[in-house]
Amino acid sequence: MAALYEGYTLCGLAPAQNLLSSGIQGVEAERDSDHVVVTDSTRSVTLYKVSDQKPLSSWTVKQGQTLTCSAVYNSQTKEYVAVSDGKVIRIWKEEEILLDKAFKATVSSDVWRVHCVAGGEPVVLFQRGAVRLLDSLLSAPQQPIEEVLAQEEVIRWSTNIVTESQQVVIFTTEQKGDHFLYLQRLNPNTLQRYRLEREEPGLSPLSFSASCKDKHIRLLYLYPNGHLYQSLVPVRGLGADEGAQALLMPRSLLLALPIGEGLLEAASAQVLDDAHVAVVGVPHPSAGAGKDFLCIWNTNFQTLQAGKEMAGKIYGQLWRYSNKLFIPHGKTLSVIPYEWPKSSLASALGKLRQAKTEESKAPTSVPSWNNILHEEKAHPSRTVETRKTRTNRKSQSAPSLTNDHILELIKTAPVEEVQKEVEVLLSRTDVQGLQPSVGQLASTLVSRSLDDPAFYTPSSLAQLVHTRCLCHSVCPDLVLLALERKDYFLCQLCLQFFPDIPEAVTCACLKAFISMSDVDAEKVSVEPDGFSFMESLMARERGPHGLQNGFSPASIEVDRSDGLGVGGTRAEDTPTEQICPVGLHKAVLLNEILQTAYSDSFLLPHLKDLSSQHVLLFLQYLQFLYLKYSQDAFPQMHGLRSPSLTQIMDWVCLLLDAHFTVLVMTPEAKGLLLNLHSFVKSQVRLVSELGKIEGSLQELNKMKVKKDVGQYSIEVIELF
Amino acid sequence: MGEFKVHRVRFFDYMPTAIRAMAFNSRTERLALARADGALEIFNFADNYFQEKVIPGQDGRAVEALCWVGQRLFSAGLNGEITEYDLENLRPRYTVEAYGGPIWTISINSQGTLLAVGCEDGTVKMFEILEERIQFQRNLDRQKGRIISLSWHPSGTLIAAGMMDMIRIFDAETGRATHRLLVERGVGASKSREVVVWSIVFLSDHTIVSGDSAGKVQIWDGVTGTLVRTHLVTKWDVLALSVSKDESSLVAGTSEGTVVQFQFISSTVDQQDKEWVRTRTFKNHSHDVRALAHTETAVVSGGMDTQLVVRPLLDKVEKNTQESALRKMSLPHRSLVCCAKKAGLLLFQFPDHLELWRLGESDGHGKPGDSLPVKRKPEKLIQLKRKGEDHICCSALSPCGGWLAYSTVTSFRLYRLQNNNISVTKVSKLPKDLRSAHQLCFSPDSSKLFASSSHSSVIVVGLNQPECKYLHTLKPKSGSRQPVHLLFASEDGKWLATANADCEIHVYNLDKLKLHCTVPVYSSCPTAIAINPTTSNLVAVHADQQIFEFSLVQKEYTEWSRKLQKQGLHSLWLERDTPITRVAFNPKNPAHIILHDMFMFCIIDQSLPLPEAKTPFYNQMTLRSLPEPQRLVHSHAFKICKNFQHLMCVSLLEDHSLVVVERPLLNITSQLPAPVRQKKFAT
Repeated sequence: MAALYEGYTLCGLAPAQNLLSSGIQGVEAERDSDHVVVTDSTRSVTLYKVSDQKPLSSWTVKQGQTLTCSAVYNSQTKEYVAVSDGKVIRIWKEEEILLDKAFKATVSSDVWRVHCVAGGEPVVLFQRGAVRLLDSLLSAPQQPIEEVLAQEEVIRWSTNIVTESQQVVIFTTEQKGDHFLYLQRLNPNTLQRYRLEREEPGLSPLSFSASCKDKHIRLLYLYPNGHLYQSLVPVRGLGADEGAQALLMPRSLLLALPIGEGLLEAASAQVLDDAHVAVVGVPHPSAGAGKDFLCIWNTNFQTLQAGKEMAGKIYGQLWRYSNKLFIPHGKTLSVIPYEWPKSSLASALGKLRQAKTEESKAPTSVPSWNNILHEEKAHPSRTVETRKTRTNRKSQSAPSLTNDHILELIKTAPVEEVQKEVEVLLSRTDVQGLQPSVGQLASTLVSRSLDDPAFYTPSSLAQLVHTRCLCHSVCPDLVLLALERKDYFLCQLCLQFFPDIPEAVTCACLKAFISMSDVDAEKVSVEPDGFSFMESLMARERGPHGLQNGFSPASIEVDRSDGLGVGGTRAEDTPTEQICPVGLHKAVLLNEILQTAYSDSFLLPHLKDLSSQHVLLFLQYLQFLYLKYSQDAFPQMHGLRSPSLTQIMDWVCLLLDAHFTVLVMTPEAKGLLLNLHSFVKSQVRLVSELGKIEGSLQELNKMKVKKDVGQYSIEVIELF
Repeated sequence: MGEFKVHRVRFFDYMPTAIRAMAFNSRTERLALARADGALEIFNFADNYFQEKVIPGQDGRAVEALCWVGQRLFSAGLNGEITEYDLENLRPRYTVEAYGGPIWTISINSQGTLLAVGCEDGTVKMFEILEERIQFQRNLDRQKGRIISLSWHPSGTLIAAGMMDMIRIFDAETGRATHRLLVERGVGASKSREVVVWSIVFLSDHTIVSGDSAGKVQIWDGVTGTLVRTHLVTKWDVLALSVSKDESSLVAGTSEGTVVQFQFISSTVDQQDKEWVRTRTFKNHSHDVRALAHTETAVVSGGMDTQLVVRPLLDKVEKNTQESALRKMSLPHRSLVCCAKKAGLLLFQFPDHLELWRLGESDGHGKPGDSLPVKRKPEKLIQLKRKGEDHICCSALSPCGGWLAYSTVTSFRLYRLQNNNISVTKVSKLPKDLRSAHQLCFSPDSSKLFASSSHSSVIVVGLNQPECKYLHTLKPKSGSRQPVHLLFASEDGKWLATANADCEIHVYNLDKLKLHCTVPVYSSCPTAIAINPTTSNLVAVHADQQIFEFSLVQKEYTEWSRKLQKQGLHSLWLERDTPITRVAFNPKNPAHIILHDMFMFCIIDQSLPLPEAKTPFYNQMTLRSLPEPQRLVHSHAFKICKNFQHLMCVSLLEDHSLVVVERPLLNITSQLPAPVRQKKFAT
């Protein structure tokens, strides 16, 4: 799940009187992810250090002048570029204090914007659609600027993307209700024009967002009716038909956002990655009509991943730099850090266990501030909630650094150190904030282990699995790694905690468990819960048979003997199926297999890979369990983790389905099959008797319903 | 539609009596039926099996046999008398003493000239049928032992008599017994008991079929007097036999409640000689089948369990039609309950007494489906025993509850009731024209009493405190001689509607005391009539389930009635097999007509569309489950409620609550004597 963290204020805003614009022209990245340049809509440019929420310096143009485009930072020359009054390009360095004394150049046409991204040169986009590299423009500032756009065509939005080979300026225009997309490639210069398909009449896109992926530019645009479209445009032009008729740009509906009543007015969508989109100014689907929400949507699964209410008016502006979202709302510009782990099916479906629900069970071996603070949650009130969020924020800023640090560490450090660090990290961080990082941590650990045969940290991995934040799809190699390293304890944990283990892996585990010798199995440490269950089950084996509800095993004996035709000697000694065919530890591991979720059509093909010897053994074990379950008063001790009777039956059926012909031909299996048959027969007989009883009891029930009317009554009836 | 408070009454202990004898007149398609209390009922099989006429019984009259002679009906019983009935005035016309002790059987020859009766003293007596009466002709040879059953040979020359242990064949002309056929006794313990030949049939090919107390149906050759075939049908008695007109099928009724059919067919294919083969067994009765009739298409049976069952033979009727459905007639087709709307009183009519009940009260309110707490229990105010030996034929209670009247075939009585201190005073001075009535009715303001008399006339009597005065006799212009079986006085006191067995409905203007109009005669007999108090439209429901609405002002069928006839009633409505016995109106909403038969009551909302042939007819459950706004789309005019079963009466009180008088058939069955013991499996 993607997560939005508690935001913080970067600066205050001076919104326009009518509250239509936020008073901010743009937020641009500066030297690293922690610095941004904020340009307000009038005269000043401010450099902020984001994590400190502190301005570092500020520049202002003279009274009477206005900045007409947001200032950008040219990381190559470490200079800032801005445009004032449409035509004056200003360039200055951080040390310069007075903007008036900085470099100025007046160009011959109005500038729309200056774009500059890391790895690219600054580019100037003129209002009439022409594009120049800043350097070439400054070499001859008064050079004539051609008109690209038609009359009445105006630019609505622009951006600049640098791919490995090419720098592209993208801008959209509007002309009489039609919207066009221009792709201006630089070096060599080509211009491609596309026409956007019309949405419902009168609707123009509210926001655009572009990203580059696989040599295609991915353009996302949001309409006031909540439709978020995606269009893919190749970075490389088609070449020939340049300047010809505008192509219709193919689009696909990515999301239809719930918009509540009315259309969206100020909203914006921003691409986060292939699968995630941040949307601001759209109502939260489960929080009523208010539109002041910031939400992260997963476009693959159409699920809402995270949402946050933003106080005050939303202006439909949203910027994203590294893992922070910048949103002007009300009278503040907020920074909201976010994070999203690799998306998995389990998490998308909400199947991944949420740390929240397990909070009370979360391991608390080492006392920490968080735990102490969390214990206050026993008093559920609003104030506590705010305190919790505050603590979250505190803890957030600290481990986010440690996290990366540990990830680096894992790649190189020796086993002991890694184990120690992971342990420390897990004990320190509160579980809620941990979830995204656990996946990263686990996959890094696994990949290191896979690469380096000497490296393996069973305890760390077990701890990670224990957090219940992992699932198989987040870290697909974990189970196989555990199998490879014969870490059956970890296997067991994974089987227990992962909701989405594929049938193939389950089967691989089964094969490994069943083929393990009992001597080896004794050495495996197993999960204590299942262990005590099996232990108590086997302890009964030797004790006298309990008579429960008048059910005597002897009656089965009779049934069985007539099924078998032998059974003369059976009466005195314990019949073979009463003895567990596998060792205690092995049984515990097999039980874990029985309890995993599966779909039989996927499981069957993999089951066929088992050898007949193994099948026989497993069947014997299942039969043993089944007999135990149906004879003894079993459900009473089900506080412990144990397979249910139906699970056992399902597995018997599956095994028989998969291997029936083989079993029929195996002489050793004959007795087993006959036993199963006679046992099932007796059970069917019992059930049919029960059915009869149920039938007559139901009749009894019906008779009671008929009430006696008596000689006289006054009733109320209604006719329709 | 709305909510109704319903008084659900189950304390009317009406108990029909056992069916003793039956005779079917195939020419008029009337079935005459005699009950153990001496009452006679005439069912019109041509008109949906409607119970057209009822002749009340009499103490001491035990009818053992019935016989149609043309349109005349004769009965004979253990009182030793032969009675002919006046079917127009619904009373015995005369009785003739046979002087042979109790009479067990009568039989008419096919020419309709001679009536043979079998007596206890062993004689078969012949009576000649004359125009107005019957005259003793002679005795046949007197036998030892009683004559239990008789059957004429169709030629009229021979007559077979079933007796104890034997059958005798007489020559009708000479009166000599020609054959004596000995009937074997039962085996085992019953060996010592003589066998009774309960029933006998003489077929035209001189075959004699007998049914006896040893459970045998035997086929004899009447010429040689030899036994051809014995069918052991039951362990108990074979009580009745009946043969179809074409003599190809024969039914036998047994004490087990079964009816066994025999057919005269060749037992193997391609064989010419036919014989009597036992083919089917019907079990529609729980008790003895005492009476049987084999009509063209059906077997009609009746017995101790009081129900009349018409079982169509599926080889004679078209399958899956209304005609092929089994009919059971258990409750009378006329009302035995009278409800005083204003006073909240109920009058129950029994053959030998009347019961007056006051309904209970409840002040609670409840939602539909609830039973309200009963604040005051219903109480029986009066039980009035009739005088004389004739059974009560009709009764009425005035709407105010102040007057009570009943009539037998010979006498009429009127009582003044004081309800607050519960006293009954007989009104002694009655007009002499008022001696007997077929139907009684009070005017809504309780100022007049209407009594239907002979020839469809209605006597109007004014009720005043000290005495009552004869006012007028209303006579129809049609000159019909049939009795009036329905009377209805309109709420405004202006109209009186009558319906008679000739299917005529006459409406009289009570202000002018003149016939106002006659509703066009419909082929089926009216089973209920009523006049809408608001619109003065007469609603008539007929035995074939048709509904007509006739405007008394315009003297023509109303628009709604025409629409109904044009569109036709829903098939499920027409398939019901009990007649509507009462029509009432809701004064709150004149468009509502309340009807009921034995199994349901129905409110017809004339303002709603009529159900189409394909629309679900019984749709109350569906409507209940629908949300309010959708109900209107799915609802149609017929609102049918089946919550109450085996209804004797549904009436609307003045406070708009409904009175529903139920008589569950289960209660009737449970009061019957135990049936013959039968070995049931595993008992």
